[in-house]
Amino acid sequence: MNQPASAYFMEERHDSNETHTLSVLVQNEPGVLARVIGLFSGRGYNIESLTVSETEAQKHVSRITIVTTGTPMVIQQIKHQLDRMVPVYRVVDMTLTGRSIERELAMVKLRGTGEHRIEALRMAEAFRARVIDATTESFVFEITGNSAKINQFIDLMRPLGLVEVSRTGVAAIGRGAEGM
Amino acid sequence: MTTAASDTSHDPNQMTGAAMIVRAMIDHGVKHIFGYPGGAVLPIYDELFMQQEHLQHILVRHEQGAGHAAEGYARSTGKPGVVLVTSGPGATNMVTPLADALMDSIPLVCITGQVPTHLIGNDAFQECDTVGITRPCTKHNWLVRDIKDLARVLHEAFYVATSGRPGPVVVDVPKDVQFATGTYHPPRKADVHVSYTPRLKGDAAQIRKAVALLAGAKRPIIYSGGGVINSGNEASKLLRELVEVTDFPITSTLMGLGAYPASGKNWLGMLGMHGTYEANMAMHDCDVMLCIGARFDDRITGRTDAFSPNSKKIHIDIDPSSINKNIRVDVPIIGDVASVLGDLLSVFKAEAKKPRIDPWWFEIGRWRARNSLAYKKNNDVILPQFAIQRLYEAVRGRDTYITTEVGQHQMWAAQFFGFEQPKRWMTSGGLGTMGYGLPAALGVQVAHPDSLVIDIAGDASVQMTMQEMSTAVQYELPIKIFILNNNHMGMVRQWQQLLHGNRLSHSYSEAMPDFVKLADAYGAVGFQVFKPADLDGAIMEMIKVKKPVLFDCRVASLENCFPMIPSGKAHNEMLLPAEANDETTAAAFAGGKALV
Repeated sequence: MNQPASAYFMEERHDSNETHTLSVLVQNEPGVLARVIGLFSGRGYNIESLTVSETEAQKHVSRITIVTTGTPMVIQQIKHQLDRMVPVYRVVDMTLTGRSIERELAMVKLRGTGEHRIEALRMAEAFRARVIDATTESFVFEITGNSAKINQFIDLMRPLGLVEVSRTGVAAIGRGAEGM
Repeated sequence: MTTAASDTSHDPNQMTGAAMIVRAMIDHGVKHIFGYPGGAVLPIYDELFMQQEHLQHILVRHEQGAGHAAEGYARSTGKPGVVLVTSGPGATNMVTPLADALMDSIPLVCITGQVPTHLIGNDAFQECDTVGITRPCTKHNWLVRDIKDLARVLHEAFYVATSGRPGPVVVDVPKDVQFATGTYHPPRKADVHVSYTPRLKGDAAQIRKAVALLAGAKRPIIYSGGGVINSGNEASKLLRELVEVTDFPITSTLMGLGAYPASGKNWLGMLGMHGTYEANMAMHDCDVMLCIGARFDDRITGRTDAFSPNSKKIHIDIDPSSINKNIRVDVPIIGDVASVLGDLLSVFKAEAKKPRIDPWWFEIGRWRARNSLAYKKNNDVILPQFAIQRLYEAVRGRDTYITTEVGQHQMWAAQFFGFEQPKRWMTSGGLGTMGYGLPAALGVQVAHPDSLVIDIAGDASVQMTMQEMSTAVQYELPIKIFILNNNHMGMVRQWQQLLHGNRLSHSYSEAMPDFVKLADAYGAVGFQVFKPADLDGAIMEMIKVKKPVLFDCRVASLENCFPMIPSGKAHNEMLLPAEANDETTAAAFAGGKALV
C-alpha cells in the first residue's frame, strides 16, 4: 500500500462492477432531471444511459430509466440516494426484478453504392430494421431492440459506409400485469 | 409604494407574495429570522418593517453569518432556522452555511430574492442561478415563478426542512412574484406530501432481530450520533433508558455529544480520529455494535477494511442512504430514533434479559486506565486542554451552550468539555466550517437570551466571521468568544508536522489583531490572559460581563491534539499522548511513506 501522506484514507476497493437498469418515477417539476444528473455527477456514479419523458401528464409524473454500473454497494447507494430525493416517488431496480424488458431505438445513417447498399439492406432485413429515409447514395435505418442487438447492427454497418448513429437510450418496463 | 396588504383588503387571504412569505413564517411559529437586505428582497423587508411585533429580524454583517446563526438557533432549539437574503451575492454567500447544514442535518429555511422573472437568464444585475448553485447543497429547493404556487411551496419548504432527516431548503422568489397579489392559504396538518413521506416506524421483525443480538452480546457497544439529538428530547431520554436497562458501554460521535451525559458511568467519551482510547478499542473489539443515528463517517471508522472486524452491526437511521454506505451492517432499521428506540426498549424489557458483560467492563476498565486524554501540566504556559478544563469547571452547573469553530480547539472542546444535555453543543462536524462558531453563538443567544453562550474558538477560525461581533453588540447578545490563540492554524500545522516533514507552509499567522482593542472597537469587552495562574480569575470575570466578550487566551503554540488514529490505521492502532514522542509519531505515521 504505497500511498502519499494524506488526511483521508485512500482505499482501493476490489468488488467487481455490475450493470443495473433503474426505473425512477418522479414528479415532473422544473429541475428534476438536473437533480438526478447532479446526484450522479456529484457522487461520482456512472450513467451508461438515461432516458426521461413525461408518462402521466395529468399527474405530472415522469419516468426516468437509468442504466448504471458500480459495485453492489454503490448500486444500493444509488437507489437509496435517488429514493430520498424529494420529488422521487419510487425507484425500482429492473435488473433485480429479473422480469423486465429493455428496448432502445436507433437511427443509423449509411452512405454507399453498389454491393455495400445491397449488403446493408440484407442485414437490415435480418435485424428487422426499417428504411426511413433513402437517397441514391444513402439510407437511414430505424432499429429497435435491446442495446446488444443495436450494438451488433452498428458494428455490421461500419464497413458498409456508416456515417452516424442517433440512439434514444434504454427504456425498460416489467413483464406481466403489474405496474411498478 | 403602498403596501398590497391594504390594497386588497376584502379577502384577508388576498395578499402580496412578500406578505405571504412573512405570514407563512408566522404561521409556522417562526419568532426570529436572520438576514441581510438587498434589491431583490426589498418588498419582503418592507413587509417585515410593518410586522416587527410578530417577527424579529436580526441584521447580520455578512450572509454567511446569517446562515450559521440560523444553524445555531436551529440546533439549540430543535426548530428550523430561518434566513432571508437577497439575490446574487446574497445567495452565493449562503452557500457555505447551506452545505454545512446539509452535512450536519440541520433544518434551515432560506428565502432568497431573485431578479424579476422576465429578467431571469439575462445576466441581470445581482442575478445568479440560485437554485442551480444551491441544488447540491440543499435537501430541496424551489424557484417560484407564479404567485399561485407561493403559499404551497412555503409550507412545503417548512415540511421538507423539518421532516425525515432534517436539512436546509431554499425558496427563490423573483421580485415580481413578491409584488404580485394572490391567495394565501394557511398550512394544513392534513396535507400529505405527494412524493416525500419518510418512514418513521422501524420494522418490527428487524427490531426483534436487534434485541436478540443485544441480549446475546458478550462485548456490546452503543455508538450514537447526531440523529439522536435531531430526533428530539424523547430520543435522548430513551437512549439513557436503554443504557440503564442494558448496562452497555456507550460512545458518541462529535455531533451526538450530550445525548448521553458525560457524567454517566457507562460513558466512554467520544470515538473516532481524536476520540478516547477506550471508545475506539471497544469499537474495534466489540461483538455487537448498536449504531443509533450516526453514519460511519470516515473520521469515525478509520480504515474501513479493519473497522470493528468481528462484530454484528445494528444500524438505526431515518435515512436509508446512510445504511451500508461505508460499512456493511447486519441489521439495518430504517426509522426515527425515538420511535425505534421506544419499540426496541419495550421488546427488550418484555422478552430479553440484560446479558452478563462483567469481563467486557473489566477490559474497558484497563483501556480507561491508559488515560488517553492525559497531557503534561505546565505552570508557565497555558495548555489549550487545561484552558478548556478550567472553562468547563467554571461554568459547570450553569445553563450553558457551547459552540466551536473548526480545528484543534474543536477537538479539545469535544474531549475536555462534558455535556450533560442534548442541544447544548453546536459544532460544524461534517463540512468542518471555520468561522461557524461565532455566528452560531449569536443564533443560540437569540434563542436563549438568559443562558451563557460560549464559542470555544481558534485564532484563525474566528477571524473568518469576526464581523458578526458588531451584530452581537447591536442586539446586546452577550456571547463569549473564548479564543485559544496559538498563532497558528493548529490542526493544519499538526498535519504538516506529522505528514509533511514539519514544513509549516502558510499555517502561521504573522500578523494578529490585538483582540482586546478589537473588542473595544466593536463596543464589546476584551480579555487577555498569558499565565495559567490568571486563567480562573479571568474566566470568572468573563462570565460576569453582560456584554459580548472576546477572550484572548494565549496558549502553547505547538501543542498537538492526541490521542489520534493516524490515517490509514485502524481503531486499535491509536497514537496516545504518553507515547507520542518524535520517534513513535514518526513510526506511526511513516511505515515507509506508506501512509494515508
